[in-house]
Amino acid sequence: MARISGVELPQNKRVDIGLTYVYGIGRTSSAKILERAGVPPDKRVKNLSDEEVSKIQKIINESYKVEGDLRRAVRGNIRHLMEIGSYRGLRHRRGLPVRGQRTRTNARTRKGKKKTVGTVRKETKAAAPAK
Amino acid sequence: MSRSTKKGPFVDERLLIKIEKMRKRGKKEPIKTYSRASMIIPEFVGYTFLVHNGKRFLPVYVTEAMVGYRLGEFSPTRFFRGHGAAHKETAALK
Repeated sequence: MARISGVELPQNKRVDIGLTYVYGIGRTSSAKILERAGVPPDKRVKNLSDEEVSKIQKIINESYKVEGDLRRAVRGNIRHLMEIGSYRGLRHRRGLPVRGQRTRTNARTRKGKKKTVGTVRKETKAAAPAK
Repeated sequence: MSRSTKKGPFVDERLLIKIEKMRKRGKKEPIKTYSRASMIIPEFVGYTFLVHNGKRFLPVYVTEAMVGYRLGEFSPTRFFRGHGAAHKETAALK
C-alpha cells in the first residue's frame, strides 16, 4: 500500500502517473520527484518498496505544496483578489471568467448550466426595482 | 509572459513626481491619472488616485494589499446593468 500525502494509492499504474493523483502534482513535478528519489518512473506503484515510498514522501514534504495546503493557498489567493476590489476579484465574485475570455458565448465552466435570461421590460422593472 | 525583472516595475514618472511633491508638503490629495498601466508601488500606500476608466475618474484608495497590482485593475471600464429595455434609472447609478 503506497500512501503519499494523505490518501493516494492507485496500485496498478506506473509511479509517474500514480503520483499525479496527488493534488498539486502533475506529470512534470512527478518526473522531477522520481528523478530526485532515484525511482524508475516505469515501476508500478504496487512494486514500490517502503523505502522508495518514504523517499518520495520526503521530497514532496520538503519542496512541494500539495493537497489541503495547496487548496487553502489557492482559496486564499482568490479571497485576496476579492478583498482588494480588483477586476479579477470582481470576476470571481460574479462567477465569470477571470482572464478576459469572451462571455457572449461559451464560458460555461464558470457560468454553470445555461439559464435563459428573458427581456426585462420597463414596466416590470419599475414594478420590481430589486437592483 | 511577465515583465523582465531587470526593468523594474512600470510606473508613470509623473506619478512619482506628484507623490514626492506631496510628501514634501505633507499633504495628501487625490491624484488624477490616466495611467492605468502603472504598477502600485509601496510609496503609493495611503494615497487616493483618481483613475480614468475611459469615461470618468474613479477614486481608488491604495492599501498595502494592493501593492504589485496595477491602477487600472481597480477602475472597472464596463458596468453590467442587466439586459432588456429598462436602462434609464440604472444609468443614473453610475
